[in-house]
Amino acid sequence: MLETRNLLGIKELSPEEIYSILDTAAGFKDVLRRDIKKVPPLRGKTVANLFFEPSTRTRTSFELAAKRLSADVINFSAPTSSVLKGETLKDTVLTIQALGADIVVVRHSSAGVPHFLSRIQDMSVINAGDGANEHPTQALLDLFTIQSNKKKIKGLTVVIVGDIIHSRVARSNIYALTKLGAKVRIICPPTLMPVEIDKLGIEVHDSMEKGLKNADVVMMLRLQLERQSKGFFPSLEEYYNLYGLTSPRLKLAKNDAIVLHPGPMNRGVEIESEVADGPQSLILEQVTNGLAVRMAVLYLLSGVKK
Amino acid sequence: MSILVTNGRVIDPSQGLDDNLDILIERTKIKELFPRGKGPKADRTIDAKGCIVIPGLVDMHTHLREPGFEYKETIATGTMAAVRGGFTTVCCMPNTNPVNDTVAVTEFIIEKATKEGSCTVLPIGAVTKGSKSEELTELDMLQKSGCVAFSDDGLPVSNSLIMRRALEYSKIFGIPVISHCEDPALAHGGSMNEGFISTTVGLKGIPNAAEDIMVARDIMLSELTGGQLHIAHVSTEGAVRLIREAKTRGINVTAETCPHYFSITDDSIKGYNTNFKVNPPIRTSGDMSAIKEGLKDGTLDVIATDHAPHHLDDKDREFDTAAFGISGLETAFALGLLLVDQKVLSLKQLIRKMTVTPSKILNINKGTLTPESDADIAIINLKKKYTVDSSNFLSKGKNSPFDKWELKGTIEKTISMGKVFDWS
Repeated sequence: MLETRNLLGIKELSPEEIYSILDTAAGFKDVLRRDIKKVPPLRGKTVANLFFEPSTRTRTSFELAAKRLSADVINFSAPTSSVLKGETLKDTVLTIQALGADIVVVRHSSAGVPHFLSRIQDMSVINAGDGANEHPTQALLDLFTIQSNKKKIKGLTVVIVGDIIHSRVARSNIYALTKLGAKVRIICPPTLMPVEIDKLGIEVHDSMEKGLKNADVVMMLRLQLERQSKGFFPSLEEYYNLYGLTSPRLKLAKNDAIVLHPGPMNRGVEIESEVADGPQSLILEQVTNGLAVRMAVLYLLSGVKK
Repeated sequence: MSILVTNGRVIDPSQGLDDNLDILIERTKIKELFPRGKGPKADRTIDAKGCIVIPGLVDMHTHLREPGFEYKETIATGTMAAVRGGFTTVCCMPNTNPVNDTVAVTEFIIEKATKEGSCTVLPIGAVTKGSKSEELTELDMLQKSGCVAFSDDGLPVSNSLIMRRALEYSKIFGIPVISHCEDPALAHGGSMNEGFISTTVGLKGIPNAAEDIMVARDIMLSELTGGQLHIAHVSTEGAVRLIREAKTRGINVTAETCPHYFSITDDSIKGYNTNFKVNPPIRTSGDMSAIKEGLKDGTLDVIATDHAPHHLDDKDREFDTAAFGISGLETAFALGLLLVDQKVLSLKQLIRKMTVTPSKILNINKGTLTPESDADIAIINLKKKYTVDSSNFLSKGKNSPFDKWELKGTIEKTISMGKVFDWS
């Protein structure tokens, strides 16, 4: 069971709470295999998707998860809303609360927005990505995918490659994996390494050749072109040459290593198509697991009394 | 109208005084000091029993927001907050709207302060027109109309050539150029200190180097020109080191820090509370130690507030877009007293850094209880405890990270140019 009414980040979750979500997700994965993929726990409840940043994957996933649980869903997308007329974040969420929503799923380009929202209104808040801070449901579905395939998390060597400094996926995964006892390594150019990140108890590498050795899991991050300012690396070609996951490089990891990617992929930039479409890739399974995990989160949060 | 302040412990570092004395005020001036009980009868007697009686505090770095940002603060409310905090002189920075880069704006501020202010307001004029770092303002005209220093505060003078010229030209008047040290490109987009905490909360950080680079630059320009440089709101260990070294070589530089830099560190940002968002940002415990060391050994001459009031609308929002600034006039002295508790400063040293030292740097006749000086006095009960309640600040700005803090040292009364404000 969850202690809190909100899912603000992995930082705020205990290992027990994480396992609780993963166990619940396993149950919902079964539901998703049935003919009639619908269960009633959230009937009569309203889930509001409050997305200030573009998203196809996460938003569709949350929308479908809510519907599978029989909730009503409202979708708010900033570019087609009164935000364009200058309405503040605060007023937007208070309006949604006034419309009777019970749970708000929020994605925003500013870190700390879910925390802010949890202070100014009473709906449950689920963080679907806040700036470079966290994307907890992504980490949870990554954990679920790893656990389904490797039967455990503890003791595994998990390598995260890419634009770490701007990545909320990297941060959430680092917190989640270290909380559950995995050995975490990151690989990226020094310009994309967050300051003092080694203090989180992880290994830091700037070389694929060194960092990939004997990895159990290779998690590739999308090179976030929209978050870049200039000067992090000279060109995409050079980035691919140094940090792209190619088939030869994948061979440096263990033979049964799995490849993950949160999507969407930049084929030929961070990952070679042969790897993305190859037998070790679980990229599409991640998407299916994402639905189950988000159903689990919605279900567990809605059960927590105010 | 005469006032006798009696029964208090008078501490005036400018005269080396720490004694039980009576102070006689006549109209707006301090007339004479007497041994306790020996003062003559006066129209009004103020009993300062159990309190220290010190020169009214001098804040050389305040934002009064008027003209242009009256919704955040006005000269009336800002000076009221000042006297509430024991300050009787505030120097207001020019990042108003319009920027105080002309005689017209300076005269406006002085006139408003005379009509509606509760304490002495001394404007600081902009170094460059519009604070754009392109053309010098008419510094002579500004100082003749009442500006006591020059600064583009809020912004750095990013063009080094212009900063050189400003330091050279200001030598004519013998008043300081106050520098807001920030390399714009390195700091760009940052909303807190760059460090382990910014890494874990996913906020873009402002590295220490952004401040240190400009401190180094300005020290070198002061060395080159001989101009009088004052470094505003020092927050980093590196800046303290650079200033210390510069002083050993006799460079004409002074420096200030603010209470938040010696009271809180960046791990208080974990909850994304925008009341902790300030520029320069709150840094690490290592920086805080260096700031305290700098205060102790005299590298940092002054404690100023950088009082930066904001309306709730500008703070009650996502951290990235919230305004930078802390409303500091009403908590400054009590936070300074914590340094005395921690044996970083003696009580006299604390008072010195908030009275006579800023006055000397600005070459103004304030921060002293010498007879014939202005009747600016703060009467403070060092032992009385209280809980900070920012919702009750007299400033329009309630943005304080010290809300609910348990502090000691209440301002019982403030006398500004002979006018008594009774807070007890």
